[in-house]
Amino acid sequence: MASSLIRLLLPWRQPKPHHLFPFSLNPTKTSFLFHLRRCQASTSSPKRLILTQDERSKGSLSTEREAIVGSGTIAAIVTSLGGGPAAVGIVRISGPTAVAVAGQVFRPVKRWKEEGGCVAWRPKSHFVEYGYVLDNDGNVIDEVLAVPMLAPRSYTREDVVELQCHGNDVCLHRVLRACLEAGATLAEPGEFTLRAFLNGRLDLSQAENIARLISAKSAAAADSALAGIQGGFSSLVKSLKIQCIELLTELEARLDFEDELPPLCLPSLIDKISVMRHDLQDALDTANYDKLLQSGLQIAIIGRPNVGKSSLLNAWSKSERAIVTEIAGTTRDVVEANVSIHGIPAMLLDTAGIRETDDIVEKIGVKRSEAAALAADVIIMAISAVDGWSEGDAKLIEHIVTSQKSANQAMTAPMILVINKDDCKPKDLLVSFEEICSGLFKKVVRTCALTGAGISELEKAVLEVRGLEPISSAGRKWTVNQRQFEQLLRAQEAFFRLHTSIEEQLPMDFWTIDLREAALALCQISGDDISEEVLTSIFSKFCIGK
Amino acid sequence: MASATPRLLSFLFTPLRLTYPIHAIRTSHRSRTLSFLSFNLRRPNGRLRTVSSFASNGTNGMERMGQKDEERYDVIVVGGGHAGCEAALASARLGARTLLLTLNLDRIAWQPCNPAVGGPAKSQLVHEVDALGGEIGKMADRCYLQKRVLNLSKGPAVRALRAQTDKREYAMEMKKVVESNSNLFIREAMVTEVLIGKNDNIQGVRTFFGMDFFAPSVVLTTGTFMSGKIWVGRASMPAGRAGESASLGLTENLQSLGFETDRLKTGTPARVDCRSVDFSGLEPQYGDEEVSWFSFDPECHIEREQMCCYLTRTTSETHKLIRDNLNETPTYGGWVDAKGPRYCPSIEDKIVRFRDKESHQIFLEPEGRTVPELYVQGFSTGLPERLQLALLRTLPGLENCVMLRPAYAVEYDFLPAYQCSRSLMTKKIEGLFFSGQINGTTGYEEAAAQGIISGINAARHSEGKPVIVLERESSYIGTLIDDLVTKDLREPYRMLTSRSEHRLLLRADNADSRLTPLGREIGLIDDRRWDLYQSKQLRIKEEKERLKNVRVSGGEFAAEVATVSGQPVRDHTTLESILKKPHVQYKLLDKHGFGNENLSKCEKDCVEIDIKYAGFIMRQQSHLQQIVNQEHKRLPEDLDYYSMTTLSHESREKLSKVRPQTIGQASRIGGVSPADITALLIWVESNRRKANQRTQQELLRSGATDNHMAASSPTDSVVQATAI
Repeated sequence: MASSLIRLLLPWRQPKPHHLFPFSLNPTKTSFLFHLRRCQASTSSPKRLILTQDERSKGSLSTEREAIVGSGTIAAIVTSLGGGPAAVGIVRISGPTAVAVAGQVFRPVKRWKEEGGCVAWRPKSHFVEYGYVLDNDGNVIDEVLAVPMLAPRSYTREDVVELQCHGNDVCLHRVLRACLEAGATLAEPGEFTLRAFLNGRLDLSQAENIARLISAKSAAAADSALAGIQGGFSSLVKSLKIQCIELLTELEARLDFEDELPPLCLPSLIDKISVMRHDLQDALDTANYDKLLQSGLQIAIIGRPNVGKSSLLNAWSKSERAIVTEIAGTTRDVVEANVSIHGIPAMLLDTAGIRETDDIVEKIGVKRSEAAALAADVIIMAISAVDGWSEGDAKLIEHIVTSQKSANQAMTAPMILVINKDDCKPKDLLVSFEEICSGLFKKVVRTCALTGAGISELEKAVLEVRGLEPISSAGRKWTVNQRQFEQLLRAQEAFFRLHTSIEEQLPMDFWTIDLREAALALCQISGDDISEEVLTSIFSKFCIGK
Repeated sequence: MASATPRLLSFLFTPLRLTYPIHAIRTSHRSRTLSFLSFNLRRPNGRLRTVSSFASNGTNGMERMGQKDEERYDVIVVGGGHAGCEAALASARLGARTLLLTLNLDRIAWQPCNPAVGGPAKSQLVHEVDALGGEIGKMADRCYLQKRVLNLSKGPAVRALRAQTDKREYAMEMKKVVESNSNLFIREAMVTEVLIGKNDNIQGVRTFFGMDFFAPSVVLTTGTFMSGKIWVGRASMPAGRAGESASLGLTENLQSLGFETDRLKTGTPARVDCRSVDFSGLEPQYGDEEVSWFSFDPECHIEREQMCCYLTRTTSETHKLIRDNLNETPTYGGWVDAKGPRYCPSIEDKIVRFRDKESHQIFLEPEGRTVPELYVQGFSTGLPERLQLALLRTLPGLENCVMLRPAYAVEYDFLPAYQCSRSLMTKKIEGLFFSGQINGTTGYEEAAAQGIISGINAARHSEGKPVIVLERESSYIGTLIDDLVTKDLREPYRMLTSRSEHRLLLRADNADSRLTPLGREIGLIDDRRWDLYQSKQLRIKEEKERLKNVRVSGGEFAAEVATVSGQPVRDHTTLESILKKPHVQYKLLDKHGFGNENLSKCEKDCVEIDIKYAGFIMRQQSHLQQIVNQEHKRLPEDLDYYSMTTLSHESREKLSKVRPQTIGQASRIGGVSPADITALLIWVESNRRKANQRTQQELLRSGATDNHMAASSPTDSVVQATAI
């Protein structure tokens, strides 16, 4: 500390930076110029002191990084969106914690297998790694290539990790969302380029273009900040924000004017906080639901060979998308078909029947089936009513469950058991294995792929297991953009910490820290500034002072 | 060009001066002449060069013999209040020959309002000033009547010490300190003019009686005195405080130099004779049994007998009397519209604005051990004097009270502080500093905080050293000054804990570990204090280490920890993790013999806080680290904001008015959006690069010429050519 202070305060004790003057060959003149320059600097500009590090907590901070302009780690989809499916899409993460963020969402296949994915990711710069992206709950979202480019050898001169995903909008958004959940913030328009410029990467002629781009976009964004929010959502955010500020007012007023105010009623305060936390969770759920509506569901149909998976797909999508034969193992690759379930887009994935096989092609197909099952939102396990619940089925489901577990999936996709070829067997025989597997499956549906019977029950079951209601009643439906979602998430995290602080019985001052953060996040959505608002509110609400 | 000479010369000598390390010259026993001599001897090429150069300028009054030396100083401080005293002492202790000019020598460090120091946020300021080597904390510790720690259970960052002080004793003690510094000269005078040199630099001040005093640094701490006007009811008179004349003429002089001035209002309640008050029915408020201290210097920790404060309340008669006479008050009668502070409302304001409240608390605070005056806190009023006594007598316990001084309001001129940079030097006039109420603040602590910074910087400036700035995140002092110079003030500024974004890091207990190393570097912390500081830090560090390594299992101790915290205690738990449990305090360790007797109470607090809240503190620090890099990015001072078309019109205007020094400051100005900040960043970066390119090219060119010339002409001639 002391030595750093000396450096800050007494610049003349520093070694003379001769390298600054590579052109001067006369040493006397160099030092004279140097003094002159420094003297001018000293009068026109006051010395800056950054004394945030107190001596007692010395060393607890990471070493200061120089020349990093941006304040945090940003992420965005950098390939074009909406222009039809492309083969590959890229999510770029840049900033001081880029590697940490990527490490949270990305699991390299190699390491995953060897060490169970518990160790922090330590990438080698400019070496491509293959692996999976997982979401917060540990579900596999996509298989990707991660390209780490460590500072300063990157576009922005910060640590950059690019995740090359499948070029599907749904995929890309999910990957981006996972990055945001892991602590990145959504990049502003042109922010990567801005950082590149500010960190000395681009040349001057590009500066103007960036400036123009950013001012144009941010003006547009500002205009639509509140306008873009629909009624229900905006009023919810506003009321949450107002409640936050009210609570802050109550707390802060007591901190600054202790003996002039009656004591706080803590239980009611805690009640209020938990109600707010609940509201926020609701908002996030709605946002999640809303996201699902936009991006659609992925439904994987799995099962042993020849139980009628492809027929089910055909019947459901009312097409002849998949080839159906009597031969077991006809489907070797994943076949996709789009359907709409009560207005919600869904993608059906028909997979190869999972069995042990020596056929190389079929082996690959089986692997793909497993991968599809891991990434799906809903898994439909098909069995044949003719065979009943066989040992093969039990093995298969066990296999799926273990692979889900090894992928660290905290929350597995809900599974539905479909008993196909329902027409071929009497119903009463089936009751027994409904009981066997009721723990694994959320729903059991009987269908007949040939007649199309049971498909509508299946659709209902899918919506039910995902907790989705058909979009009929309005009121809960809003569109939340990525940025708003991010702030909701920040607010929720803050509330979570607040909750822990209260539970751990930390003093009141600590509550204000997270409450303020929640308020700030909510204000970002509505585009307000709270700094003065709390004070104003204190003075208008309480009678304070001499 | 000539007036630039001393500065340039002193710059050239900057590296040389290192051979004369400047420690605070504290030779109080030496006579003045002697110390002045020693001053001359010690600093052959420092300030004297700066001073003597004025003679060649032939400035007014300088030719007269005999006065020459006495009228020249390194620093002149105008005003002897809490800002002025800190400024003068800091400057004198840094070795600058300092002149303190005050209107009345008997009112040095007077407490015209509340006889108290400290309270939430304000106490942090006091601790910080003390950690830097200031005086206010020591004074409050020496002259307290009562001390209490507020917010004890609300978290370490908002815990606050407040002392009721003996205001006579306080003023006398401070006067003694000020008088005993051999570098500090005191004179009664009313300053009416500041003297400006050719380069918009300060040269000195002129007094009402026509004296000129010269110095390269001048600190104005005029308090409520500049065109001050006091009001009691409808009657008003020019005065800085009741019974003291206002300072006239300086405002006009500053306005003529292009400074913008504005007017603020504040007030003070009546004083009553404590012998006429019946305390028997009133709720007493005692001081803490275990006294805490403002100063980190144990020499000041001398316990004294404490006095009691009392609590009374307004009654329905009080409210009725006020409502019936509202038109007699300045605000509601409509003859004063200067802005009063929201946190210091008059009793009529409280009653009008909070109609529903049946009663308001009123505190009765003693003003000293030897005076009968009682301060009636919470009862300031603009009512005419004839109603004031009646009003006081509506309060329980004061039914038969005798009023000694009426309540009054005071209006005064201040200079919106955007005209200062964060060193508190004005942007217009080099070497002119503003501190205290002149910058729109209220409170002794706020004044002292600004005082010490301007004193340090005035001394450094007079010596040609770079001035220092405390970053916002470093301290409450930094936050205070940053707010003052960036935000638009609409009322007197009072420090509040909620004004600090990272207050968890700016606690009272770590004020010394945040600021004492800086105080040492500046030269305000002597060897004794520094040794004390270092050994304290060492003890804390060792104790934390010890707690990490000592493990306990079972026994009474574990059982009590489990009861207190409501959490089980595992075997072989370290004392550190026990201390982290809720409600477990260091005291509990002491009780069971696990404490360390070598530590003082305050050191134990430090250890406890560091361990208990380590997680939160770390999180705040890393949060801070993230924003600091960008926030501290400098903005050139001569930016032409109007030419930046990418900025919004509003922010162009605001930015050109405030002229922020950093990006962080710019972002705190109301009306400047994040998009504007981005635009600003780009603009600055591209300009920096353009400038870089230019310098490189110039250097390339001049390098070539210099090489060519080097053979023929000596370097010295270049120096002269530049200097003359």
